[in-house]
Amino acid sequence: MIVGAGLAGWTTAREFRKLDASTPIVLVTSDSGDFYAKPTLSNACAQKRSAEQLVTTPAAKMAETLNVTLQSRSLVSAIDIQAKTLTFTAAGGAPRTQPYGQLVLATGAHPIRLPLQGDASADVQSINQLTDLAHFQRTLGAAPKTVLIMGAGLIGCEFANDLLLGGYHVHVVDPTERPLAALLPAAASEQLRTALQALGVVWHFGATVQAVNRGTGKSPLAVTLSNGDTLGADMVLSAVGLRADIALASAAGIACERGVAVNEQLQTSAPHVFALGDCAQYASAGARTLPYVMPIMNAARALAATLTGSPTALVFPLMPVSIKTPALPTVVAAPHPAQAGTWVADAPDPETAHGGGAWRFMDPQGQQRGFVLTGGQTSRRMELAKATAP
Amino acid sequence: MKTYICIVCGFVYDEAAGRPEDGIAAGTQWADVPETWACPDCGVAKADFEVVVV
Repeated sequence: MIVGAGLAGWTTAREFRKLDASTPIVLVTSDSGDFYAKPTLSNACAQKRSAEQLVTTPAAKMAETLNVTLQSRSLVSAIDIQAKTLTFTAAGGAPRTQPYGQLVLATGAHPIRLPLQGDASADVQSINQLTDLAHFQRTLGAAPKTVLIMGAGLIGCEFANDLLLGGYHVHVVDPTERPLAALLPAAASEQLRTALQALGVVWHFGATVQAVNRGTGKSPLAVTLSNGDTLGADMVLSAVGLRADIALASAAGIACERGVAVNEQLQTSAPHVFALGDCAQYASAGARTLPYVMPIMNAARALAATLTGSPTALVFPLMPVSIKTPALPTVVAAPHPAQAGTWVADAPDPETAHGGGAWRFMDPQGQQRGFVLTGGQTSRRMELAKATAP
Repeated sequence: MKTYICIVCGFVYDEAAGRPEDGIAAGTQWADVPETWACPDCGVAKADFEVVVV
């Protein structure tokens, strides 16, 4: 049984079916089960695509193609790891308890919501799923409108770029001093800051949102920042980070920390229960969560082998992340957070550089442990990946 | 020249542009992209690409 029909859930089913065509698979999801690519949520506006248009394969077709029994719109209420059963309730139905041979948790993560003051704080939105985007598009309406984004991390910057291209006015608020402060060297952040500013974004660094109130003037919302500024907005979008969905696993007595803890075979503390995707805390990544796409593809392949009788240790290759900010495309292969070292800029090659830059993260022994490429330099991805020690 | 979207992660392969950084010349049609090529953004093998013409 698989809980969750996102990329992790469906990819696990797909990889499993490559090795085993007959063992029954039941996939339980609280949503529709329609297949879509989460990274496309943050460029839907520029692509002029509605949430519905992001679905690449409808749920029924996925289920049919992969020979999976899909329990959609069904909320899992409990896992009994002793009895090896799962209890879930379909919308409008009564709770059902089904036994599992092996269980895969692919429950994903949810956006962190910061406590805010103000009578309109409940109107702040986050986008992490298709239904969120549909709601956002419906309530925001056509450009030009003003959107204030909380968070200048990867998601905040992607949405900022996307909305700017869609003709919206965008403000971005972040307590750090620069965009993607956690991932990029200062000089790369500076390039991104400049590139988005050229598109019209208004940055508010060194500040946080304190309150969101009903506006009294021309704007529906009045947003108060920690630095005393008040801004008018039509919408506030919160993009301050993700937290793994561990509630179900925790309640079942499965060991969780920042995510559902799994060993190198993706097994949790409960035998026969596995986890992958945004909900998992991977031993293979030094007990870290990896909220990106490439880890899922690697994990699903290893997990499918384990589930079909060939226990396989997951070894992550270097997995650079593409940041989809058309104003300055960026590729980041971040070093482990605990890795000591410094960012060193490559001297740009005047013949090949089309703007952008390249930086290498060098450890005290002189080994390259990460890299960042921006703009035209992103074409050097393979070259810098090869130079990076795992 | 057509463009294709990786349905897993949204990466766009543009036949006109190719992927020179991966050794795929501009103008390479999808059928001629090596089977060993994988999606640069998500690692999905070409065989698993369920391409959708944009």
